Amino acid sequence: MADEALIDKELNLQGEVCPYTFVKSKLALEMMQPGQVLRVLVDNDESAANVPRSMQNEGHDIIGVTKLNEKNWQITVRKS
Amino acid sequence: MAAETLAKLARLHAPISELDFSEEEIRRYSRHIVLPEVGGVGQKQINRASALVVGAGGLGSPVAFYLAAAGVGTIGIVDNDVVDTSNLQRQILHHTASIGRKKVESARETLLALNPNLDIVPYDVRLNSTNILAILKEYDVVVEGSDNFPTKFLVNDACVMTGTPVSMAGIFRFSGQILTVIPGQGPCYRCLIPQPPPPGAIPSCQEAGVLGAMAGAVGVIQATEVLKIILGKGELLSGRFLLFDALQMRFEPIEVKRNPECPVCSERPSITELIDYDLACEIPPSATSPSSR
Repeated sequence: MADEALIDKELNLQGEVCPYTFVKSKLALEMMQPGQVLRVLVDNDESAANVPRSMQNEGHDIIGVTKLNEKNWQITVRKS
Repeated sequence: MAAETLAKLARLHAPISELDFSEEEIRRYSRHIVLPEVGGVGQKQINRASALVVGAGGLGSPVAFYLAAAGVGTIGIVDNDVVDTSNLQRQILHHTASIGRKKVESARETLLALNPNLDIVPYDVRLNSTNILAILKEYDVVVEGSDNFPTKFLVNDACVMTGTPVSMAGIFRFSGQILTVIPGQGPCYRCLIPQPPPPGAIPSCQEAGVLGAMAGAVGVIQATEVLKIILGKGELLSGRFLLFDALQMRFEPIEVKRNPECPVCSERPSITELIDYDLACEIPPSATSPSSR
């Protein structure tokens, strides 16, 4: 898991579903600098699987995918 | 490339500093945004772009439909005709209830029903050497979808003179031809056809017929070219004249080069002012359609 201090932007997408979890994550990353880190919070398993895969397909580095509790996930990604 | 063309393309591709989409826009354009070649930045480029569609007929209908769906922020529509029953076989912007209405008004209503976020500007005029430049200067890119050679040559010449990228196309029976003109970079329409054919030499669609769905396919290719110009992505039909034979279902790109003797886009052009050619045949406004509707 990325150190809190290394997170450049956080996106709370709880309540959002695919594909918009990825769309909104992608929009956030587009305005960030290469090397910066985005943390995305989602609350469904489908997004927890799809968002990292789609981010990876775009060439970004997935730092971690962590299940926080019963339904919430944290995805940490570094912009390529 | 001509300085005017570079300026137009630079405006289209200027940096985007903010991706301030509404929730509705994120959903509407999500299938674009997820494309690596488009993304939020490309979608914003599309949203701030302006396109002029010449003709609201068989080509202009699919072009305008897809540009509106894509979110091209300002779409100008030029047509001085009214909707006729015989248009409805291919001119999908218009409906049976639109018969007798001005095409630009019918088109505007249809496009805003699809995407109310846009500015649709109707021009209920026939383009000529007097009015075209004032209209053209408001737009980044042009689509030629008129039904007559005088307009095609006028639009080509005006776009070359102003450095405006333009998608040219023609349709006839089961076949279509498409060329993207990037002035100063690739060949223009006159590089291929220096002068309009003599009036009456080529039968009109009204006389010869045209497959509506084929016109739609050609228009969709034109819309695709416009979006690629706006995005600055991919390879354009610049220097490639695409021939489409719908009956045999064959696409054949023909390599074409700039004509060093081109009367309008060469180093020493013989045409330096816009020309109003005579229409091949005068057609009453309610019974349109020679070679490109």
